[in-house]
Amino acid sequence: MRFLLIEDNSELAEAVVDRLTLDGHVVDHAPTLAVAADFASVTSYDLILLDIMLPDGDGRSFLKRQRNHKDGTPVIVLTARSEVSDRVGMLDSGADDFMVKPIDFAELEARCRAVLRRRGGKSTNRITLGDLTFDSLSGTLHTPQGEAQLRPRELRLFEILVNAPGQIFSKGALVDRLFSYDEEVSENAIEVYIGRLRRHLVSSRAEIVTVRGLGYKLDAQ
Amino acid sequence: MSEPVAQGSLRRNLTVMLLLGAVGLALLVYFIVQSVAREIAQESQDNVLAASAISILDSARVVEGEITIDFPYASLSMLDTVTNERVFYAIRRDGRFLTGYEDLPLPTEPATAATQFASDTFLGEPIRIATARRGLSSDAGASTLEVSVAQTLSGMTQTLARISRISMFVGGGFFLLAALLAVLISRATIRPLDRLAASVARRGPKDLRPVAAPIPMEMVPLVRSLNNFMSRLQRSLSRSEEFIAEAAHRVRTPLAIVRTKAEITLRRVEKQENREAIRDMIRAIDESSRTAGQLLDHAMVTFRADHLLDEDVDLAALTQDTIESLRPVSELKEMEITAEIRGTPHLRGDAILLQNALRNVLDNAIKYTPAGSTLSVTLHETDDQAVVTVQDNGPGFPKDDIDGLRYRFARGGNAAGTIGSGLGLTIVEDVVTAHGGRLTLSNTEGSGACVTISLPS
Repeated sequence: MRFLLIEDNSELAEAVVDRLTLDGHVVDHAPTLAVAADFASVTSYDLILLDIMLPDGDGRSFLKRQRNHKDGTPVIVLTARSEVSDRVGMLDSGADDFMVKPIDFAELEARCRAVLRRRGGKSTNRITLGDLTFDSLSGTLHTPQGEAQLRPRELRLFEILVNAPGQIFSKGALVDRLFSYDEEVSENAIEVYIGRLRRHLVSSRAEIVTVRGLGYKLDAQ
Repeated sequence: MSEPVAQGSLRRNLTVMLLLGAVGLALLVYFIVQSVAREIAQESQDNVLAASAISILDSARVVEGEITIDFPYASLSMLDTVTNERVFYAIRRDGRFLTGYEDLPLPTEPATAATQFASDTFLGEPIRIATARRGLSSDAGASTLEVSVAQTLSGMTQTLARISRISMFVGGGFFLLAALLAVLISRATIRPLDRLAASVARRGPKDLRPVAAPIPMEMVPLVRSLNNFMSRLQRSLSRSEEFIAEAAHRVRTPLAIVRTKAEITLRRVEKQENREAIRDMIRAIDESSRTAGQLLDHAMVTFRADHLLDEDVDLAALTQDTIESLRPVSELKEMEITAEIRGTPHLRGDAILLQNALRNVLDNAIKYTPAGSTLSVTLHETDDQAVVTVQDNGPGFPKDDIDGLRYRFARGGNAAGTIGSGLGLTIVEDVVTAHGGRLTLSNTEGSGACVTISLPS
């Protein structure tokens, strides 16, 4: 996905850009509303991540301007202020969702997915691999056998694998991305979800291969 | 908040004082009318008596040294009023009795040329006597003829009684009129004060604008200090709000940087013990940011609950919206949230606080319930209450100390290993109490915790 991150704290912005890039997203960073407006006028983004307190104004005014210009790009507000007073006002001023810093990136991803699903996502979310078609927004997987609806964790796991076919992912890396940090899970917990995905893929030529001692990879053949 | 001590009432004091004034004035009117009328009645009686005496004098002639009085009929008949007064007369020459009633009292004052009047008693009855004199000259020399005419006072007494009655009516009427005016005046005087009180009482807790409506001059100092006080309160309120927001910003931004960098590092690190350490770090960051967040939330909730808004809140929409906002989080744990909303309960209060409370309850349920379980939220109305229940199928609250959980920093014995601050339920309790509702924590048969919030609708 292509993100526009509007955040004035350069250190935080850098970290967020790095983190999202790790997941294969493309991120432009605007430190001010003026720069953000320039970016938004020339590039079409899947999602805008907007901080509220910015050096050249309130993020809400940017939001209002975007909406007045009929720019429907979904916006998730990231705020460091108290969540009590902001949420209602934020949604009223046209934001699609709202998160309080520090951001849990798994939650951000889930929220992006929810927002895009609500907005009726674009076809760019559809991935075709061999005899498989996968819609990462709705979580539907088309196989020669038919259509399957993946559950949230199956969906995220499959998305990781399908975005980098052939790449080996360790159990630990997959656990990090599937479970929240306060869940005490052993690395073997991932086997349950690998097992479920394999059942969906029975009829396909693609398969999830166990690389002994290293992890898993998706083999499309 | 303590009730102000009321001592006396301006309206009552004003009314009482005006009424006392009215009583005094009415009495004064009564006495003036009575005395003027009495004087006029007396004067007209005196005039008649004088006229009668003078007409007798007029008819007196000296013929050959003897005095002849041709008693004019009118002279006494003019005294013979409808009340059948008894009339007496006495005629004296140089103090010597000639004719009439010899015992009729003489004027007590020394004789003068003008007609003299006196009140006295005669034959046991009060009378009024007019005495007129005239010098007569004859061959025998000059002499003085003195005529006294008297009349009983029974008619006069009746007239005076009538006058008394009339002046009483006049005084009474005057009093009623003045009393009516007193009530109207005191009401009109107090009205601006009532208006000011009503306009201040009508305001919402956040409305701290100065009073702008025109007020009488005398109230200017009061309203000036009121406005002054409100602007000071406004400043201190917005300072607290800004402080809370700013504190949140200052705490959360560095935590966000650390957390994000920790996640990135975790992706790049291979060694198992390093990965464990980083996971522990992220957990600690989440713990502290959550605690900081809830401390600030708690401050904000306490602050807002002290100045509770009185807005219409659509509880059904609010519940639905809160569930939707947490659905992505629940999906991360493959949890299902089912909502059963019956009716359209509305209540008065602060939507932001209520949403915060509900989010805390749901947040808790998501955190403390194992992955893959189901949360069911119901909202229904009774006669005078809206009841929200959040039921999970997790381990339930610790059985020995369910109610202790609502206290600050109390955490369940089974909460170890889960990130939490122990403030969540305290916030919920504070919000619910501020809205006059009740928070109930219970365990359902079998397993699962159940949180019930009842709010008066």
